[in-house]
Amino acid sequence: MSQSEFVRRINQGNSAFVDTRNKWNRLHLDLHMLLTLLALASTGLVALYSASGQNLNLVNSQLIRFGIGFILLLTIAQVNLRFFERWAFIPYTGGVLLLLAIPFLGIERNGAQRWLDVGVQFQPSEVLKVAIPLLLASYISRRDYPPSLKTVFFSLLLVAIPVALIGIQPDLGTAILVGVAGFSVLFLGGLPRIYLFTSSCSLAVAMPLMWFYGLHGYQRQRIITLFDPESDKFGAGWNIIQSTIAIGSGGLGGKGWGHGTQSQLDFLPESHTDFIIAVFAEEFGLLGVLGLMALYATLILRCLLISIRSQTIFGRLFAGSYTFLFFLYIFVNLGMVSGILPVVGVPLPFMSFGGTSVVTLMCGFGILMAISTEQNFKERRRSR
Amino acid sequence: MDHYRPFKSRQFEQQKFYTRLLVGCFFMAVLTAILVSRYYYLQVINHDVFMTKSENNSLLIEPITPARGNIYDRNGVVLAMNRPSFNLSIVSERTVNLDLLLSNVSKLISISDFEKKQFFKSLKRKRRPFEPVQLKKDLSEEERAILAVHQFDLRGSLVTAKLLREYPLGSSTAHITGYVGAINEQELKTLDPLLYSGALVLGKSGIEKKYEQNLVGQPGYQMVEVNSLGRVMRELNKVDPVNGKDLHLYLDHRLQEKAYEVLEGEKGSVVLIEVDTGGILAMASAPSFDPNKFVKGISHKNYNLLAKSSEKPLFDRALLGQYPPGSTMKPVYGLAALNEGIIDEKYNIYDPGYFQLPGSKHKYRDWKRGGHGHDIHLNNAIIESCDTFFYKLSTLMPISILHKYGTIFGIGEKTGIDMPHEKNGIMPSRDWKKRTHNLAWYPGDSVNASIGQGFTLATPLQLAVMTVGLANQGKIPVPRVARDKNPSLLVKKEVEIQKKYWNYIRKAMKDVVHDPTGTARRINQGIDYEISGKTGTVQVIGIKQKERYDIASIAKKNRDHALFIAYAPSDKPKVAIAIIIENGGSGSARAAPAAKEVIETYMNLYSINSNESKKQ
Repeated sequence: MSQSEFVRRINQGNSAFVDTRNKWNRLHLDLHMLLTLLALASTGLVALYSASGQNLNLVNSQLIRFGIGFILLLTIAQVNLRFFERWAFIPYTGGVLLLLAIPFLGIERNGAQRWLDVGVQFQPSEVLKVAIPLLLASYISRRDYPPSLKTVFFSLLLVAIPVALIGIQPDLGTAILVGVAGFSVLFLGGLPRIYLFTSSCSLAVAMPLMWFYGLHGYQRQRIITLFDPESDKFGAGWNIIQSTIAIGSGGLGGKGWGHGTQSQLDFLPESHTDFIIAVFAEEFGLLGVLGLMALYATLILRCLLISIRSQTIFGRLFAGSYTFLFFLYIFVNLGMVSGILPVVGVPLPFMSFGGTSVVTLMCGFGILMAISTEQNFKERRRSR
Repeated sequence: MDHYRPFKSRQFEQQKFYTRLLVGCFFMAVLTAILVSRYYYLQVINHDVFMTKSENNSLLIEPITPARGNIYDRNGVVLAMNRPSFNLSIVSERTVNLDLLLSNVSKLISISDFEKKQFFKSLKRKRRPFEPVQLKKDLSEEERAILAVHQFDLRGSLVTAKLLREYPLGSSTAHITGYVGAINEQELKTLDPLLYSGALVLGKSGIEKKYEQNLVGQPGYQMVEVNSLGRVMRELNKVDPVNGKDLHLYLDHRLQEKAYEVLEGEKGSVVLIEVDTGGILAMASAPSFDPNKFVKGISHKNYNLLAKSSEKPLFDRALLGQYPPGSTMKPVYGLAALNEGIIDEKYNIYDPGYFQLPGSKHKYRDWKRGGHGHDIHLNNAIIESCDTFFYKLSTLMPISILHKYGTIFGIGEKTGIDMPHEKNGIMPSRDWKKRTHNLAWYPGDSVNASIGQGFTLATPLQLAVMTVGLANQGKIPVPRVARDKNPSLLVKKEVEIQKKYWNYIRKAMKDVVHDPTGTARRINQGIDYEISGKTGTVQVIGIKQKERYDIASIAKKNRDHALFIAYAPSDKPKVAIAIIIENGGSGSARAAPAAKEVIETYMNLYSINSNESKKQ
């Protein structure tokens, strides 16, 4: 019996299984998720308007990116899940090739080569944020369960290549996050505890070695400044001092939209990109931050639910690890801006200005929506 | 289906997935809790700390300088005002190459080394970023135009407007208005920091100094928001300054200029007082200086030139110059002798041209060789200025009486004028000589004092005040420079003297000008009113007993001082004047004609008839 025949029979209604999808799902739309995404995007635009110093051009271009992102999201949501599973290596390979091209075609900004200029400027590392969980989920779901040593080895290799390439840009923050994303797929994919234990141990050993051999001087400085921002008041510490002042002075209710002195008067650097949450916290206060966190939480919970409900291993793994990655981005960004994590260039999803981030983010959620709306069968309850 | 898995394995896998997902959720929950507590810590617990830091970052209080009050003369002609001046400043943060900019600027307009030095000095001082530093003050219109044309390659230069004090009449009113200058470090310590937070200048002398409190005004302030570079972004909470109060003086600039003019080429002083009010109509000291030079900041070289000049242009002779009053004291001493009953109108002497104290061979000479002859009464003694009469009088009248009347008429005491400084002068007495010289009073001292010489010293202002007292019959005023809303005479002392004695002395003073024998008779021509006065000629060096005073043979600096006091019109005095010309020769030849010129000007301007017709 072919698959289409199987589906056709089920839909005739005389089967033991029933399609649980509502009418929106049948259009491959997860309304819950879509509304949360729209809410986040709007919040982001509102914050960006103020953080950019009322620069409507900037807001417009971000709006266009969101538009492109949503179109991509809705398009991707229509695609059959098995398509992603099969072609998962394409975005990965593409991303790695682009990373390889950076030393030749890249543009240097702030002392690091992260951008490629091919008509539009974008960051290939952003592509990997989606591509790695996608490839690993696809790879592991086809292997035996639990993953064998060989599977684990190849998986780690697949993660290590782009991580190394991103790390030498240097973009340590993204490298670590992408690595963690890859690892989380393995973790959710049933990585035996012995490997978990070994890897934790080796990480503990590697950390001091990394400190002395793996880190650039400025990266070390950033970590030092984390613990003592005053040590370099007008250098690396400046960002942290000013961003904590911005957040702290916001108080419970904030100074009001467009009235944050720290950001409006340029005390806060990077105010419309990585440090945008400081602007948001200054202008909307703790209540605003909690509101934003609640929106993120809603989205994360929805994604977790999608992951739990998914009936394929690939769907589960991708949805779960992508959610973790999404959470990590938020955590690292909010943590670094508020001074509990070192300053690594990690944008805040939906809020920070930046094209690649928005578009890849939406692609990822597009796949999640596809997972959410895949044909989902449940045993028909006889009792009814 | 591509892959088959045992059903059990699949269920196991799902179970394990949920467990691991749960572990992940647990981590996420913990991390979220950390984040929330961090933001709570920053935004609620430490909110005050960060709010303060944020305000320190961005708020700045800037004082706004109030406009200094103007100074007007009695007719509303401005004596001191604020005029917009344009300064060239450099914002060093906006320059690409400071040295290049400076050399470019100096190619266009002249920048002195002094200005460059000052610029680099203030550049090194602590200041806000983007705060302009002044390079050249008070650009001319031409310089402004040149700079405007070349603005494109003078990046970082800035022309700013500021109010600059200006004294339109310049040197003629310099001693009265005084001048303002930059506040120096010492003054800064004593000034009220609130009142002077925005002020750049301070009254240094004259009326500018005396009425500093009225003129300075109340500074305003504005709270401004600055950005991280220190640039002012917007104004918050502006409190406007209260401008300084304008000041109106009794002074008439036409009389002041006239007074200054009659002193031209001489050293000396003219003080003209309105009899009804005690107001200073004119008070000139020559030579003078240009107060405007002090406003812009005078260089050391130029200052020294003024300060060390033998002519002493910075010295206000009207208030600080102390001169022997000479014969101008005679009317007062005459009044004293009559009022105290020492002599009467019939008392007369023979004047051989000199006087000798009993038992002494020293001859106190009269100014007139050969003397004034027989029947010299008190009135003749005043009209012809007979010294011998007063020498003789001094043997009858103790110094205590001279001192009493001299003091009543204001000699030896501060007049109380509203100016920052004035000198006391000296009205000698036994006590005074004992106190200052630790010597007894000799009869010879009285002889010298009787003609206003010896120890006696008076400022031109004191003489003018004394003249007012003679003009209004005994009311000695406190002279005023600034005029209040209801001008009235501020009487310092009043002396009771019998009317007939007043008439006698005032007649004699009128005859000084209008009698054919009067010492000031040469000024009675061509006037349709009467002037009462008294000349004075004061020896600067002692003449040896057998020598003659020969004007041609002595150096200018040793020549006599010429003095004249007068009031006019004689019957209803409106104005009193005292004039002194250092080394000017005789009072009758030099001082009286100069005084007449000033009185003439007053009469032309304020003659009662024309004044009343103007009012109507």
